[in-house]
Formats: sequence, C-alpha cells, structure tokens
Amino acid sequence: MSSADSSEPVIVVHDLVTHYGGRLVLDQVSLEVRRRETLVILGGSGCGKSTLLRHLVGLARPTSGSVRLFGEDICRIPESELNRIRRRIGMSFQGSALLNSMTVGENVALPLREHTRLEDSTIRVMARMKLDQVGLAGVEDYLPAQLSGGMKKRAGVARALAMDPEILLFDEPSAGLDPVIAAGIDHLILKLKAAFGVTIVVVTHELASAFLIADRILLLDKGRVVACGTPEEIRASQHPRVRQMLDRQPDSEAAPGQAYLDSLFGFKVGGGAKA
Amino acid sequence: MLTRIGTDALRLLDYLGGLSRQTSRGLYWTVVAPFRGARVRWRSTIHQMAAVGVSALPVVCLITFLMGLIMAIQGAYEMRKFGALHYVIDLVGVSITRELGPLMTAIIVIGRSGSAFAAEIASMTVNEEVDALVTMGLNPVHFLLSPKLLAMLVMMPCLTTIADLMGILGGATFAALSEMGMGLGPYLRATADALVMRDIVSGLIKSLVFGLVIVQVGCYQGFTVTGGPEGVGRSTTAAVVVSIFGVVLVDMVFTAFFYVLG
Repeated sequence: MSSADSSEPVIVVHDLVTHYGGRLVLDQVSLEVRRRETLVILGGSGCGKSTLLRHLVGLARPTSGSVRLFGEDICRIPESELNRIRRRIGMSFQGSALLNSMTVGENVALPLREHTRLEDSTIRVMARMKLDQVGLAGVEDYLPAQLSGGMKKRAGVARALAMDPEILLFDEPSAGLDPVIAAGIDHLILKLKAAFGVTIVVVTHELASAFLIADRILLLDKGRVVACGTPEEIRASQHPRVRQMLDRQPDSEAAPGQAYLDSLFGFKVGGGAKA
Repeated sequence: MLTRIGTDALRLLDYLGGLSRQTSRGLYWTVVAPFRGARVRWRSTIHQMAAVGVSALPVVCLITFLMGLIMAIQGAYEMRKFGALHYVIDLVGVSITRELGPLMTAIIVIGRSGSAFAAEIASMTVNEEVDALVTMGLNPVHFLLSPKLLAMLVMMPCLTTIADLMGILGGATFAALSEMGMGLGPYLRATADALVMRDIVSGLIKSLVFGLVIVQVGCYQGFTVTGGPEGVGRSTTAAVVVSIFGVVLVDMVFTAFFYVLG
C-alpha cells in the first residue's frame, strides 16, 4: 500500500459468497481493481451488483470469502481500523443519501468536521470547493429537499469527495435521472478520473454509460461473474449471457409446456397436455 | 403450530438480543466513550433536550395536574365514608411520586419523542442516510442515538420532578375547593410529612430507566426498519407499543424491587 504502482490492486475480492435471508445473492465472486482504474460492474436488476458494492465498504458482511482494501482484509479487522480505511473511500449512493436535516453545505462538510481538526472557516471553503468541482456552486445553504434529483446526486458526489478519497464508489449513478442529466453525471465521473487519478468502481445497468467510463467491465448475472475484461473484450465476447445483455434480448419466453403447467397448478399434472 | 411457536420465540430472542446489543453500545458511547476522548455532540444533545424536555412541559404539567386531581377525587369518594378525608393528602402524595408521576411522564414522552425517534431514524435508514454515515466512518449509534440518550437521561428526572409537583398541586386544588377547605400552605406541609425521601428518589430512578427504554426501543425500531416508506409508519407504531410495554414491565420489576427492600 506504500508504492504508487498503477498496476497494484487496491481492491481484491476473493471468493465472496453472501446470503440474504437464506437466498444466495453472491456466489464466489472474485475481482481485482488496480490503482487509478475504473471498473464498472454491470448487470440486470437483482443480480447482486449493489450488494457487491456494499461489501466493498463493509456495509454488509459476507458469508464467506474476503474483501481486501489497501491490503487489509476488512472482514477481519476491528471497527475502528475499518473506519480509518473508510476515510480513504468515498461512496455515492443511488438516492444520494444526503442527511435531510442538514443543508447541502453541512452535508459536504460533515466528514471534514468529524475527522479533521480544521478551522470552521476552512471547512466551509473546502465544502464550497467540493461543490464547485461537481458543478454545484452556490447551493450550500439549500436543504437537500430543495434540490432536483440530479443536483442531489452531484451533492452526494461532492460529499464523497470531501476527504479526497483514493477510492470512489458509485451505486447506480444515473438511476432515476433523465438522459441528459445522466450523461452529465457520466462526464463528471470521467472528469474526476482524469483530474484526481482516483480508483473508481461504478455499479450500473446502463450499457452506454458503462462503455463510456469503464477501463474494465465486470458482468454479473445471478450473483456470478459472467465475464470480465476491457470494453472491447466484452463487446467481442461470444458468451450467451453477455450477448443477451449487449443485444438487449429478453429472457426466453414462457417455460416449456409441462413445467409451466406444473408451476401453475403447484403439483405434477399427470399425462401431459394431450389434445 | 409448534414450528410457529418456535419461530416466534426465536424472533423474540433475536429482537431482545439486538436490543440489548444496541443498549450496551448506546451506553458505551454516551457514558464511557466521552471519558476516552470521543466527542460529545453537545449541539445535537441540546437540540434533543429542548425537543424531549422543554416542549413536553405543558402537556406533562397539564396531565399530571389532572391526574393529581382525579386521584384526590377518587380517593375522597372512598375515604369520606370513613371520615378519613385527610388521608387523601397521603394517597395523592405517595401515588404521584412513586408511581403516577414517572409513569405518566414516560407515557407522554413515548408518544411525543419515542415515536419521533423511530420515525426519524427509520426514514434515515430507508433513505440510506444511515449507510452513508457508516461509509463516512461515523458510528450511527454515536452520531444519532447517544445525543438522544444523554438528553433523555437528563430530562426524564427533570420532567418527573415537575410532574410530581403538578400532581400534588392537583391534590391541593381538590383540598382547597372541596369540603376539606384546606389552604395550599397546610396541604403542602401535610404532603411533606406524608412523604419520605425514598418515595421521590425511587420515582426518579425509575424515570431514568424509563428514559433508557424509550430511547433504545425507539432507535432500535428505526435502525431495523424494513420495507421502505410503509415500514417507517410500522416501525413508529411498534416503537410506541413496545416502549409502553417495556416501561410498564420495568415499572413492575422496580416496584417489586423497592417493595422487597422495604
């Protein structure tokens, strides 16, 4: 974790298995993210991609497997150590997750207030700078409820940037936004990548935005890694699930007759469907 | 049938386990951690004190005044048959300080603040705000629960003391207006004679534990909310019901305990 070698992995997930109330959500997921790399985790709804992201900051505990950040296994270190690592990570949530009881400025300033001993005036200037970086100058005195969806999301990114993190995590950055605003968020991510050289992990189901921002794409389906590679490799892949996702094909219609009948009646229908 | 009893029992144990884990964490962050250099959230605590205590004052005063008056009337109804009307003073004094003052205060605070705690934290949980705190390296128990707990531990004895006073004033009002015809001064002196310090102190100790129960149950319902916006409503209702049950249970245990002590 001392050298700045760009090929050194800062996130290593090994054989991650997770259950949610008895249901298998992630099945032996392994991945590596190298320093300054942007990894996009792509997958349909309910494939476990947000759960995977939550494991990367210790918001969820796996059934088995390990998550190593900066070389430390975050599932096996005490809470205080984990919190020290979390200060090097910024996370942007799907619904922005700004604290509604505070102004936007106070939200962005919160990590600085809590983790540094800076002067109040300094913190205020820094919060304003972070908001400026995401294109939201002059909104610091508004309450989150007074902002539009896109602005909230940007403010959430500003808060994630507050501690100058080495890793940035985005959960569905363009969900619920119109295409123009969503494209704006994509460009914001590209800008952050170019300007600060941070390691970025994005979870999304938007193909266009995935191919635009990714250095590498990891395709997740039903909790399993289907494919992982550069956008070109993914585009060239012949794997059926990858093709289905890229060509926007629906799942094959209705189950074959007998199984479908059985599932309708809830028991084995004898004899089969005879005319 | 058996499996249902089994799963219900497991769910209850799970709930109690989670609640006691959170309680020990809450007490740690409120009572122990400040001496180990963790910062006390004064601003938030004072804000909570105003919300929990000061704003509750009018309704606590009014209700306990009326409780004192009701106790006096109900007591007098029986006592006057024996010509023992002056025992109303003892009855009101003891029942208000030992029991009704702390209990009525707790129930009002549950309705005003226990439900508010659950609603606030539940909506924060649903909006991923609690998760956001965690990813910023902030402990939600320290950030959200401990100011509430500190405020409650300070305000509950204060509110209860005022409730005791108002209840006794309710009794005095009856004494002044009824056939007893007793002035405020003699009534208060008679009450002071009827009460011992333990009556008041045991009530105040109970009020501290009531405060702990209200904060812990309210926050626990908030943190464990599931099912989106409808869940917030459900967790608020559950917080009120479980808190009232918890407070009455604690009351019973403490009353028995003080009774055995003599």
